[in-house]
Amino acid sequence: MPYIPHTPEEVREMLDVVGLPDIEALFAEIPPALRPQSFDLAKGMTEMAVRTAMERLAAKNHIEMVSFLGGGYYDHYVPAASDMLLARGEFYTAYTPYQPEASQGTLQAIFEYQTAVTRLLDMECSNAGVYDGGTALYEALMMAVRHTRRKKAVVSATVSPIYRIVLSTYTKNLHLDLVVVPHKNGLDDFDALAAAIDGDTAAIVVQNPNFFGNVQDFTELFATARAKGAVSIMSCYPVLQTVLKTPGAMGADIATAEGQSLGLPLSFGGPYLGIMTCRKTMIRQMPGRIAGRTKDAQGRTGYVLTLQAREQHIRRQKATSNICSNQALCALRALINVCLTGNEGLTRQAARSIENANYAAWKLCSIPGVSLLNEAPFGNEFAAVFPVNAKKVVRMLMDDGIVPGFPLGRYYPGLENALLICCTEKHDRADIDRLARRLEKAL
Amino acid sequence: MSTVFSKSVPGREGVWPDLPKTAPIDFIPAALLRDGDAGLPSLSELDVVRHFTALSRKNYGIDSNFYPLGSCTMKYNPKFTEEVAALAGFARLHPLTPQLPGGGDMSAGSLEVMYEMERCLCEITGMAAFTLHPMAGAHGELTGALMIAAYHADKGHKKTKIICPDSAHGTNPASAAIAGFEVVTIASKDGIIDPAALAAVIDDETAAVMMTVPNTLGLFECHLPEIVALCRKVDALLYYDGANLNAILGKLRVGDAGFDVVHLNLHKTFATPHGGGGPGAGPVGVSERLIPFLPISRVQKDDAGRFSLSYDHPKSIGYVAPFYGNFGVVLKAYAYILRLGREGLIRVSEAAVLSANYMRKRLADAIEVPFNRVCMHEFVASAAKLAAEKNVRALDIAKALLDRGYHAPTIYFPLIVKEALMFEPTETESKDTLDTFVADLLDILALAETDPEAIRACPTTLPVGRLDETYAARAMEITDDL
Repeated sequence: MPYIPHTPEEVREMLDVVGLPDIEALFAEIPPALRPQSFDLAKGMTEMAVRTAMERLAAKNHIEMVSFLGGGYYDHYVPAASDMLLARGEFYTAYTPYQPEASQGTLQAIFEYQTAVTRLLDMECSNAGVYDGGTALYEALMMAVRHTRRKKAVVSATVSPIYRIVLSTYTKNLHLDLVVVPHKNGLDDFDALAAAIDGDTAAIVVQNPNFFGNVQDFTELFATARAKGAVSIMSCYPVLQTVLKTPGAMGADIATAEGQSLGLPLSFGGPYLGIMTCRKTMIRQMPGRIAGRTKDAQGRTGYVLTLQAREQHIRRQKATSNICSNQALCALRALINVCLTGNEGLTRQAARSIENANYAAWKLCSIPGVSLLNEAPFGNEFAAVFPVNAKKVVRMLMDDGIVPGFPLGRYYPGLENALLICCTEKHDRADIDRLARRLEKAL
Repeated sequence: MSTVFSKSVPGREGVWPDLPKTAPIDFIPAALLRDGDAGLPSLSELDVVRHFTALSRKNYGIDSNFYPLGSCTMKYNPKFTEEVAALAGFARLHPLTPQLPGGGDMSAGSLEVMYEMERCLCEITGMAAFTLHPMAGAHGELTGALMIAAYHADKGHKKTKIICPDSAHGTNPASAAIAGFEVVTIASKDGIIDPAALAAVIDDETAAVMMTVPNTLGLFECHLPEIVALCRKVDALLYYDGANLNAILGKLRVGDAGFDVVHLNLHKTFATPHGGGGPGAGPVGVSERLIPFLPISRVQKDDAGRFSLSYDHPKSIGYVAPFYGNFGVVLKAYAYILRLGREGLIRVSEAAVLSANYMRKRLADAIEVPFNRVCMHEFVASAAKLAAEKNVRALDIAKALLDRGYHAPTIYFPLIVKEALMFEPTETESKDTLDTFVADLLDILALAETDPEAIRACPTTLPVGRLDETYAARAMEITDDL
């Protein structure tokens, strides 16, 4: 049997030591009435046969198209060395570093990851990561609730609807009041957001660039929140953070992000990485693992998981969160990608993505009947409005091998004619020109 | 070893894209741009490769070391499944694809994997339906607890509490609390749930009982039928924590046994790598009566054999993940299930349970095993006597094992055994490995009697010795900048 090394002779010897006649005797405590009514699985297959079957399934997915799908999940270039380093068994077959002396590799990597994301987001503290960007935002909100002992959150409608639907599921039984402030043509309604913050508000939750790709400044809004005793939470996009004004500079108390764009494959939705950072004053409210630097008795530098008193294996039902894992390998992948691409490389990725998106917007706007949802600046993604339903536009272009973007009507009633279009440094002008040509033809 | 940041040399070229023709300031006003750069490293590719290769060598992993870490099922992770997950057709598929018009056909391969994987997990556990969305075991627990709440709310029940035994994983009570429940803990008797203790606290306000089988002591819960009956009487749901499923494949299906909600840890039983603390995957299975409450979306197959996602489930708890769970992890587990098949999976549990019992027997003369009877896939020993007599604690034995090239067993868990050492050898370790390990552990235990100081000084062969955790918590150096 693959992966099970026991020979029949060894099984016999082991049973003799245990003092039982046969394998079945090991399971004698499970009464006949509780035995399976069926266990009807297929016969095992050779490695070659499984691979062939899986290759056939993979081939049923259409990834050959030129795609402008984004929505918070972006296809950036990943250096080859990243996969090679990740494939080291000492990293990916290790467990959580509860035995620090035998886990210094993982622990130092977490420490370096924490350093990388705090610098990128311009914040003071980070944990080792949570499941994804949406979970990070939920955990940030719960930090604010514990910190302020208030039960209301003001959330802008421009925050990713994919995060917001998760937020509402998680908070359903916690008696929290989530107030969603509508957007204005894809932009945050700053007056309405400020007005919605009151003495019961635990947090204001915004996103930059927002779901429509627009880049804005939340400094004033965060100052208003602070004056009213509310925590400012900002979700952001790590690659663009190399060039955009930082959450730290805007005065955010907690900044979160979906880490997928830092070198993780799209992989149909996961595994991803939830980046969580905060000001030092809120560190004890932070959920999840945190690595800290210390020394051993001989004065050698080493790393340990620290502040564990917040966690469920100690605090059980009183823990800051139920989350036990930290997507460690995803955090490591992000760190390795940041190091390989480097400060300059990531800055270029951001600049090229912004350049491509702006070129695409300019090309598309030259098509009669096509306009942008708003005139505000944007990063690598923008919302374009068409004279017809955006779903129809998608259908027409998919036949030509192009996925032109994501129809916004799915999450924003009233925007049925709008398409969210993203670019990264992987697109070239020829891709964008082809998109524009086909769109012009289709309309 | 210095950090990657201290190795940075400005100007050193990494894997850069070409220079753009424009700068962000050509499109975005300066006030919206960053002041100064992010301070990320500038390194050559070789610098980075050396740094992370050196870091990897400071880790124990299954590929390099025996890892008998109880409750974690550190079995071998087959390599071909990594290649399967990396196939471009899977790895490059954007998760929004099936939400596009005609997108179901564009993602037909992935949807088929999800559909078939759900069928496999249903058959393995005897549950009526599965969701693959939860992204880890604890996330599965939360998903389960939210469904339990939704079920009772739908029936108009006023249920406020969830009962957990004192041997439960710490995430059980934490997840129940986050789903809005009060947690009631009951004491075990002879290492298992005491039906009398359960009967004393279970009442009309009990929403569910959370348990794991075998439990965290590696023991089968012999009173399971009585526990099921007690739950049924008050319409409390029975929750199965699948962390220990590796013991019962083909021997017990929790669905047949009367459980209503189960979460599985694909990174345990189904051999996906732990990655140093994730990513995992925690699919949740339910009995018939909980199907309406499953998270959305759900994958479906029509009469023509076409796959799509459905969202119209008004009683659903909603979305627990941004998309469809940790699909990359699900893929590896699915490939593993196909590879082993029916007989292979049964053999997994048989060999895992045999190995645990073999190790228990070989060690029981040298160290106390508090519940020394036939165990399932793991067992718990206690160093309480050594601690009292020689001041050699479970922690010290763990560190001595590290010195000999083994990862330590789980220590100080479950909480109900003093100085606990929890061993789970898994089915993928050979008898030779177990024999060598036992010999080394016996040696350590003997040395603890004659030279306890030597054991307390361990580890001495690793990159660092025992680290000052108090200093770490006080100094809070959690980045290179603090």
